[in-house]
Amino acid sequence: MQNPVGAEFNLLTQRMELVDIAAVLFNPVAQVKFVHTVAAGYVAASMFVMGVSSWYLLRKTEVQFALRSFAIASGFGLAAILSVIVLGDESGYRTGEVQKVKLAAIEAEWETEPAPASFTLFGFPDQTAETTHAAIKIPYLMGIIATRSIDEAVTGLKDIKVQNEARIRSGMVAAEALDQIRQGDDSPANRTRFEQHGQDLGYGMLLTPYASNIAKAGEAEIAKAVDDSIPPVAPLFWGFRVMVGLGVTMLGLMVVSFVQLCRNRLQDSPRLLKTLLWSIPLPWIAIEAGWLVAELGRQPWTISDVLPVSASVSLLQPGQLWFSLIAICSIYTLLLVVELFLLRHVIRKGPAILHTGRYSGEQPELARIA
Amino acid sequence: MDYATLKLIWWALVLFMMVGFIVMDGFDLGIAMLLPVVSKDDDDRRLVINSVGPVWEGNQVWLIAGAGALFAAWPLVYAAAFSGLYIPMVVLLLGLFLRPVGFDYRSKLADPVWRRWWDRALVAGGLIPALILGAAIGLVMEGLPFRFDTALRLHYGAFDFHWGWLLSVLATAISLLLLHGAGFLQAKVTGTPALRARGIAILLAPLVSLCYLLAGWHLVDLQGFQLTGVGTQPFDPNAAISPLMKGVIPHAGGWLRNYFDYPLLWLVPIIGTLAPLVSGIASWLERGRVALLASAIACAAMLCSVAIALFPFVLPSSLDAVSSLTLWDSTSSYKTLAIMFGLVLVLMPINLGYTGWVYRVVRGKLDRARIKRDSHQLY
Repeated sequence: MQNPVGAEFNLLTQRMELVDIAAVLFNPVAQVKFVHTVAAGYVAASMFVMGVSSWYLLRKTEVQFALRSFAIASGFGLAAILSVIVLGDESGYRTGEVQKVKLAAIEAEWETEPAPASFTLFGFPDQTAETTHAAIKIPYLMGIIATRSIDEAVTGLKDIKVQNEARIRSGMVAAEALDQIRQGDDSPANRTRFEQHGQDLGYGMLLTPYASNIAKAGEAEIAKAVDDSIPPVAPLFWGFRVMVGLGVTMLGLMVVSFVQLCRNRLQDSPRLLKTLLWSIPLPWIAIEAGWLVAELGRQPWTISDVLPVSASVSLLQPGQLWFSLIAICSIYTLLLVVELFLLRHVIRKGPAILHTGRYSGEQPELARIA
Repeated sequence: MDYATLKLIWWALVLFMMVGFIVMDGFDLGIAMLLPVVSKDDDDRRLVINSVGPVWEGNQVWLIAGAGALFAAWPLVYAAAFSGLYIPMVVLLLGLFLRPVGFDYRSKLADPVWRRWWDRALVAGGLIPALILGAAIGLVMEGLPFRFDTALRLHYGAFDFHWGWLLSVLATAISLLLLHGAGFLQAKVTGTPALRARGIAILLAPLVSLCYLLAGWHLVDLQGFQLTGVGTQPFDPNAAISPLMKGVIPHAGGWLRNYFDYPLLWLVPIIGTLAPLVSGIASWLERGRVALLASAIACAAMLCSVAIALFPFVLPSSLDAVSSLTLWDSTSSYKTLAIMFGLVLVLMPINLGYTGWVYRVVRGKLDRARIKRDSHQLY
């Protein structure tokens, strides 16, 4: 949905249909995102195991067990975080290729800068004024990351809006031709018009919430649709920085703990262990932030450049949606509470819960000596 | 192969997956509902839970496969059914949540209060899906309140409940799955649960047949549809590409029309009526595996009898007869269907072979001694 390929609009059936299964299976964006997400899951698991092991090490219980699980998690976690970051960079590069608007929004780049563009480290993006307040910029960096070159420009949001306006106007022609074909006027003139403008039909549909007849939309409606055609900038800007910041922090933690582990100095580093224990939530926050960037960055589209959210939602009543939203949120919250309670219980009991006779927690007197 | 043949194949495949779900996951739902009735203490309840322990997750995948097949092969049916039955589908989803967490969390603590609450969750996790799926079958045959506009956007209206029909379908669904679960317990475990399951099966068997016949009797009052062409043009299943390019004639008792046109088809509902009785008799004769086989056949025959009654419709509309979806005009493109058929030809034998192998590995009956010995690998 981020980079739809292999499908074409079929005039006869009035819908998108599969034309190339290989293109769908080998969609580069899908592959990069899939591996990036899976690797992020590995990082979350590694950080969790390292955090719990640190807790045992800090309390000096089950030391052998904790050291061993720490060793596995930290080696695996280091590999995982490296691949997350490398693939994340690749993902950003692909985004620059296929979803220029998402990239521009992540970087809060309102104007097209001369290449290579500068990277905004910090700032407060303002959607209505189309500017970023108190921006701190690093020259050249973004152009190099996003295009892997020093002479390609990164298109800014204002220029993208101008391009989108042209596509919306073209989409209106497509919608009109399609409507006339639906009414039965299947003339060659209409066919040609649709073939010429069909690729912009989705942009025309951005007018769905503002005009009952897309082809007859006025200037005010078009202006509103153009404003809708870029995603909300501030959450993307911040979500991306939270994700990358946490990713780099975790990379640092992983490297330091791996080094300490190899030097066999882990138990002498209580500050590192404490940090690791309190870092358990970090990968979850980073994953949620990354998800926000990916999906909010796709707005206003359900399927990028093909089908806008406003035209793809079902015509259910708001009450039905409130019901499902509240029901699903409450049952997941309930399950989260149960899960945390069980995790706490199992972690406190330690591996002794397995009754294998190998762990110190099973023999109370031994545990007291240790 | 022409488009119409491919469409027919996909109708059979979707039906096959739904039958697969109701036969395989049906006994999981059944034993979850039976949990408090067939057991006298915690070891018994663990015995019942572990009887499906290794297989319930695989069984539930049939539901996902069925929904996935709907999404890819019949996108319009998927859209109209899942949005048309929005609230029931959400409740079904919540009901399905309860089983996995119930199985997993229950065994983590030995505290009796903890376990009692998860037992209740498991009963709800069996009862809710059984109720919703039964209601879904009933509501689909009544017709769902949806219609298409000229741009093929779906609009929804209010439900119109025929309570006699709906209640008899619900009663059939619940009693059938209870019978199926009781059959499974007799085949799979020893001790109190198997004994009590036998008694329940003997009691339930006539009730299942009775409910099914009652539902059939109510079906006569329901409005059915007949497919025709538009104007003087006969309906062409190869050319049908949009749900609005057909004529539909409604008439009362129409869903029995296929049976009167092809009397041989009466065999399916007859098997559906007799198989539960066979299951009950087999239970009485203490032949657990025969009882299970008979209840599985009952599940399959009853679902098939619904599909045959609706044929060639799959999702009738109560708002606008012409919007009703048939297997001819709600499918994906020829290319999509062909590619997926190829995938099914490769994957389905693997799936069936693997499933058969798993059941071979876990064959034999579970007893209390095995359950008591192992409180970590088992639930």
